[in-house]
Amino acid sequence: MSLLLRGGRVIDPANNLDAVQDVLIADGKIERLGRTLEAPAGAEVVDANGKIVCPGFIDIHVHLREPGYEYKETVATGTRAAAAGGFTAVCCMANTNPVNDNGAVTDYILAKAKVEGVVRVYPIGAVTRGLHGEELAELAELADSGCVAFSDDGRCVMNAGLYRRAMEYTLPFGTPLISHAEDTSLSRGASMNEGVVSTETGLPGQPAAAEDVMVARDILLAELTGAHVHIAHVSTAGAVRLIRDAKARGLQVTAEVTPHHLVLTEEAVRTWDPNTKMAPPLRTKRDVEALLEALADGTIDCIATDHAPHALSEKEGEFDRAAVGIVGLETAVAVLLDRLVRPGLLPLSTLIARLSRDPARLLNLPGGNLAAGAPADVTILDPDAETVVEPLRFRSRSRNTPFGGWTLRGAPWMTLVSGHIVRA
Amino acid sequence: MGWTRKDLLTMRDLEASEIVLLVDTAASLQEIAGREIKKVPALRGKTVVNLFYESSTRTRTSFEIAGKWLSADVINFSASGSSTSKGESFIDTAKNIAAMSPDVVVVRHSSAGAAELLARELPCSIVNAGDGAHEHPTQALLDLLTIREKKGHFEGLHVAIVGDIAHSRVARSNIHGMRKLGMTVTVAGPPTLIPPYVQELGAKVSYRLEDAIGDVDVIMMLRLQQERMTAGLIPSLREYSRYWGLTLDRLAKHARPDVLIMHPGPVNRGVELSPEVADGPYSLILDQVSRGVAVRMGVLLLLAGRKGGDGA
Repeated sequence: MSLLLRGGRVIDPANNLDAVQDVLIADGKIERLGRTLEAPAGAEVVDANGKIVCPGFIDIHVHLREPGYEYKETVATGTRAAAAGGFTAVCCMANTNPVNDNGAVTDYILAKAKVEGVVRVYPIGAVTRGLHGEELAELAELADSGCVAFSDDGRCVMNAGLYRRAMEYTLPFGTPLISHAEDTSLSRGASMNEGVVSTETGLPGQPAAAEDVMVARDILLAELTGAHVHIAHVSTAGAVRLIRDAKARGLQVTAEVTPHHLVLTEEAVRTWDPNTKMAPPLRTKRDVEALLEALADGTIDCIATDHAPHALSEKEGEFDRAAVGIVGLETAVAVLLDRLVRPGLLPLSTLIARLSRDPARLLNLPGGNLAAGAPADVTILDPDAETVVEPLRFRSRSRNTPFGGWTLRGAPWMTLVSGHIVRA
Repeated sequence: MGWTRKDLLTMRDLEASEIVLLVDTAASLQEIAGREIKKVPALRGKTVVNLFYESSTRTRTSFEIAGKWLSADVINFSASGSSTSKGESFIDTAKNIAAMSPDVVVVRHSSAGAAELLARELPCSIVNAGDGAHEHPTQALLDLLTIREKKGHFEGLHVAIVGDIAHSRVARSNIHGMRKLGMTVTVAGPPTLIPPYVQELGAKVSYRLEDAIGDVDVIMMLRLQQERMTAGLIPSLREYSRYWGLTLDRLAKHARPDVLIMHPGPVNRGVELSPEVADGPYSLILDQVSRGVAVRMGVLLLLAGRKGGDGA
């Protein structure tokens, strides 16, 4: 079974490649790349002329909601959303019901993914039992069962002593801790960023310092323990500064940023649209500029969507009572191509690196490059496709997006996992 | 110019000319309160629903009296003992009420943005009677009417708003309204009760009561909620009233002799206002309450009268 991608512009940052090449895929792996390759007998040929062929995109921060919240999302719908959005692999967070804090839940997710998933699924285990922040989850068993990292995402492990022990305990596994950095004593009750917009709207705000304080703590604990700490959804200029400094000091600190924190500011909250409510909240223009600079220079290692599906009933109505978070898998790539790459704010090859090579390296995942022998996980982009975001057509079970109605130029065109075209 | 808006949601959105129209309309309706028969037929056959999700005696009563004096049918819907306690969402409740074809829905809700949400969802006119810490436009309008009656004009007046600015919709609506009318606004309180960047709304900031009240025409004292102590925003009511309570002594020492004292109510006597000040000759607190009815009549008249007026 082989497949030839003909005539696309191949951008493979891991191999410093940006050229028009054919890509031959056989037995689920990249066979070879070349100027003009012969299609083997019986091979399927895909005309990729005018398209951009990239290593499959990996989203290391997704909520698939299964088990427990199947009305929001399932492994089946979430992975279809991923494929439709150009992602060939996702890492799913542990805040399911039951929480993914023991091997049985991890097994269940992986079994579901095997049967119903259409992209690769890598579970992330809970740091603490039940996400309560009180006792360690069964971290060794979780790692053995296939968890690629640990996080209480959605909540912050406020107990520094316990978090320190989690870092130490997981050192032998090579699995990073992913920090949802939010000091809840500074953020309690808040539904947006604290600033001029919260003052005008009267919505309770949380200061950027609620994030910065925790990023600083986690960096210090990483220094103490030697652990790899990954800061999820960085949203402030202050956190960027702290991470840049930690990296300069040689600490194993990495970070991700979401598309929405790169293209929206707190000004969007003036619409009162609950789809502008997320954690961390949308910040200021100054923060957005710092995030973009950090993404370009590598201070922020990768882009992750924090895909957080919620039912309509949870995301309409009063802003302060609405659920927190938005879906991102089906809009991320088009939003980033249109809002960052097209205006020249971020080079295309950097965007691709931050979506493929860098997340793969960060979590030691297969893929992230198109070298011969690599898994044939491929994302193909159509740089000229013009799309309008239509939430009703999402593959995701949920439609909670602030991007509905946006017209975007550039979109994912085809997604291949193990050499198979995923028809989401 | 006439009134064209479907809703009254915020002072921020209004033009100065619209604010003046609202105040003028209210002023012209004030004499109804002095009549023996307090009823005019202006809104006969119109329905006003008071949709109150937060307890309120004076605002709800004020809207109810205003509607009744204009001959509208006024229905009160409060969150307790209604479908909301059966788990129905705010939007569903509102849509159900809208299905009964009211002309105006007056909404009070603890969530900022609630009135704007209804205005988008419902075809009828919405009046914001207070949404979270966001806005309370009819309170600002009645404050403005009261001030103009005493001072004769707006331009150039200086008002100090004192107390819990951070959690006050009254402060926000007044800052917007007063700034549009050419007034100067100083907000004052301990820094924990002053919201960040409030200067960007056009207000000056003072952290000392004595400074704030020194050179103003009007002092507006805000109610201090007991919860602010448990949230760690102030140490105690005792300390608050010691430094921020308005007493006769402070007034005599620091304020102008003709200064006016306002308070949106309900007053915590002995906390932000000493009883002598609340009941004293400078106090406009009861004037505010009676102007409140006139302002709400004006608002209902302009909103409910709009359709007939423009023939739509």
